[in-house]
Amino acid sequence: MSEHHVVPLKIYFLIFFALMIGTVLTVGAAFVDMGFMNTPVALIIALVKASLVIMFFMHVKYSHKLVGLFAVSGFFWLCIMLALTMQDYYTRGWGEAPPVEFLKEGAFF
Amino acid sequence: MSDHAQGAHSLHHLHQFESAEQQYESATLGMWAFIVQEILFFGGLFCAYTVYRNTYIEAFTAGSHHLDIFWGTLNTVVLIASSLTMAMAVRSAQTNSGPGRIIGWLIATIILGCTFLGVKAIEYTGKWHHHLIPNSTFQWNDPAFPTVTLGPAKIFYSFYFVMTGMHALHMIIGVGIMLWMIAKVRRNEISAQYFTPIEISGLYWHFVDIVWIFLFPLLYLIGRHH
Repeated sequence: MSEHHVVPLKIYFLIFFALMIGTVLTVGAAFVDMGFMNTPVALIIALVKASLVIMFFMHVKYSHKLVGLFAVSGFFWLCIMLALTMQDYYTRGWGEAPPVEFLKEGAFF
Repeated sequence: MSDHAQGAHSLHHLHQFESAEQQYESATLGMWAFIVQEILFFGGLFCAYTVYRNTYIEAFTAGSHHLDIFWGTLNTVVLIASSLTMAMAVRSAQTNSGPGRIIGWLIATIILGCTFLGVKAIEYTGKWHHHLIPNSTFQWNDPAFPTVTLGPAKIFYSFYFVMTGMHALHMIIGVGIMLWMIAKVRRNEISAQYFTPIEISGLYWHFVDIVWIFLFPLLYLIGRHH
């Protein structure tokens, strides 16, 4: 059996601190009005944090390439789902929000 | 290493596998296949969230102002810390640090996981007292957002409770898996030669952490600058 890569302690603690810094950044950025950029900035920070967890805590960086392919494929299919849903919803020309009568008080539950 | 290792470890190299290494890689890949379907499961929720947030942007902004950033941030820190302790549990198994060390890190992970769930319970209780549970008792009146009506506000809280609720359910299952791993370590089934169960339980735990990394900004933060 070949040796499994043991990740040095230093790397784990560095990643932990990077994730903490990312958390502070994302909370700080939430209170700065960046117009339409607030959501993209929050998502980019989240993507960087998620990538660090996947690469180091989940060992994808040290695993067989096939594992990396599986991980990427998950996000690839997620992108397809998001892209096709959005191109449907935002090209229907509703003009205004769909009706919400069914959500009026007491209509359900 | 020989295919017929000494003692209990040889039991873990099942006959359908060429080698223990191949068995380990198959288990890891299988776990990742499960995680990919989990990405798409939560992805469906994120997808619906995106559609409704863009439709009722004001209601989602107003709703996020009623979530407590302090608790949200605390839970983010707690969950990331639990990922670190989980990684340490796997590392202890890899480096043959002894069952005490592995169990210690697993218990730390469980404590942090339960802390997360406790904070979530405090938050849910607060929503209950403020009549923000999306059922027939739901009440909405926020002078800061006079244009936001009850229906769309209810949609925001439906997303909040379904998304954080599904996430919390995964956490509860995760705590159960950690208890199972502790039992395995106590039965001496985990060693540097065979730590696959801890490794793939760790993959699950880190995945649940990643879901929260996205939930936190999307629910608590991105509407706050208004």
